[in-house]
Amino acid sequence: MAERLEVLKTYKTYVGGKFPRSESDRTYRVTNPKGTHIANACRCTRKDLRDAVVAARTAFGDWSNRSAYNRGQVLYRIAEMLEGRKEQFVKELELAGVKEKDARVEVHTAIDRLIYFAGWTDKISQVFGTVNPVASAHFNFSSPEATGVVGIIAPDKNPLLSAISMIAPVIASGNTCIIVSSETNPLPAVSFGEVLHASDVPGGVINILTGYRSEMVDSLSSHKDVNAIFNSIEEPETRKLIDENASISVKRTSHYSPDDWFAVEHENPYLVLEFMETKTTWHPVGF
Amino acid sequence: MSIAEIPDFKQTIPIDKIGVEERVSRLNKRSIKKESKLQALKLALSMIDHTTLEGKDSEGKVIQLCSKARTPYAPMPHLPHVAAVCVYPNMVATAKKALKGTNVKVASVATAFPSGMAQLHIKLDDTRFAVDQGADEIDMVISRGEFLKGNYSFIFDEIAAVKEACGSAHLKVILETGELETLENVRKASDIAMYAGADFIKTSTGKISPAATQPVTLVMLEAIRDFYIETGTMVGMKPAGGIRKAKEALQYLVLVKETLGAAWLTPEWFRFGASSLTNDLLMQIVKQETGVYQSIDYFSND
Repeated sequence: MAERLEVLKTYKTYVGGKFPRSESDRTYRVTNPKGTHIANACRCTRKDLRDAVVAARTAFGDWSNRSAYNRGQVLYRIAEMLEGRKEQFVKELELAGVKEKDARVEVHTAIDRLIYFAGWTDKISQVFGTVNPVASAHFNFSSPEATGVVGIIAPDKNPLLSAISMIAPVIASGNTCIIVSSETNPLPAVSFGEVLHASDVPGGVINILTGYRSEMVDSLSSHKDVNAIFNSIEEPETRKLIDENASISVKRTSHYSPDDWFAVEHENPYLVLEFMETKTTWHPVGF
Repeated sequence: MSIAEIPDFKQTIPIDKIGVEERVSRLNKRSIKKESKLQALKLALSMIDHTTLEGKDSEGKVIQLCSKARTPYAPMPHLPHVAAVCVYPNMVATAKKALKGTNVKVASVATAFPSGMAQLHIKLDDTRFAVDQGADEIDMVISRGEFLKGNYSFIFDEIAAVKEACGSAHLKVILETGELETLENVRKASDIAMYAGADFIKTSTGKISPAATQPVTLVMLEAIRDFYIETGTMVGMKPAGGIRKAKEALQYLVLVKETLGAAWLTPEWFRFGASSLTNDLLMQIVKQETGVYQSIDYFSND
């Protein structure tokens, strides 16, 4: 019998709960550190980005209106599904040159991180909400609410763990997001899209794009329908561009590039709070 | 026009549905970029009949709508105003007052819109009332029930009677193509309306789904072209309902250009009946001019 030809996977994007290719039909070569060609990934353009923002905006109403408890369940479900498919992710990281032992630790940490933020969904407003003393006959209270659509620019380091560490705190509070994945190794992020697809996350809550950052960061950070940017790129030029563009519509920007994505400091509710707006209500009280 | 020229409406003009759809899909592939796109977006904006036809309409909402009609986007005062506002008859006086001193027309639906289920004298009174209030254009509905029964002379006479009641006001005839079942019927209703004196033919009320579609629009445009060849009279076209995106609007403009030619590409001969299209056009225009993708949060609702 003839030797079987393996079926190679087409890495696509994940937008609005579907797996479209880039509208440009372009792809780029993904290689491991030795320079061996391991796969092709979509080279997304500003138009793919525009479509992803529409998907994220459409999903925002439903996602932010769900009970915090339900969002926690969905995040937990993502972790469950990832646990069931962890071998695939270990292999994918190995393919990109990570040692098996390290790959396994990365996948495990990523799963635990999802569980960590799943727990915060229904606690964040209790912990950070306040009742404020005021000098009039009002019951005055503040509570944090989701800010809207968040653009995430992921680093190349630990592509699975860093992406999940950035996505989880953003969506926990009810935001929706567009993530520009690692440029050098976008494969785990794309496969993570398949996990999301199978885990009750409504389409459009998380949108995953691949391609060259230089072709997307400009449009993402200037887009007026994006309410915040969560950036992990250290390069001063990129940060300057993001800051300038964000000023057009006074977006929230958060530059965050930890040296060690495994560090426990990343499990931190202030990352959730970073992408929330405080709403203060003055409620008249009768005496 | 003499009676002899009026065709026999019992005869059906066959329409090749597949052919129509293929032509539409081919024309949709045409790419309009940069400067031409900006021109087309501005042209589309100037062709809008900015519409509010809801039971909950109030004077306040109509005044708001009119201010948006005259200045669609305050930060860009050089943008064209829309062609008209389209309201119910009892809102015409309010709209007329709010638009005083501008070239924005006031269109009013009439003749028991949207169903058209009323007696002729009521429809005529409705029309005269709207004209008395100052409407420049009347959007009438045809009696689809009578049409489907094959009572074509009833439709013809009704349109002719409303046209007479309009006086100097322009008459747009709404065929409500979503209820006409076939493209052959759309063609027939278009012909009846034009021979009975319509200044414009219009696809839909916006209350029935499907509303305006491109295949239906193409059939109506071809009817207009044939009528022009036959009689030398230009008739306008107004697709209405369900056109929400700037991209679709540009596709409609391509259909018009390719079917009727550039002479029809003015607000005088082509209109969009829409409410949310205005904002999408504005967002695309601002995107073209600033290079920054826009958010609906920065544009007024009405």
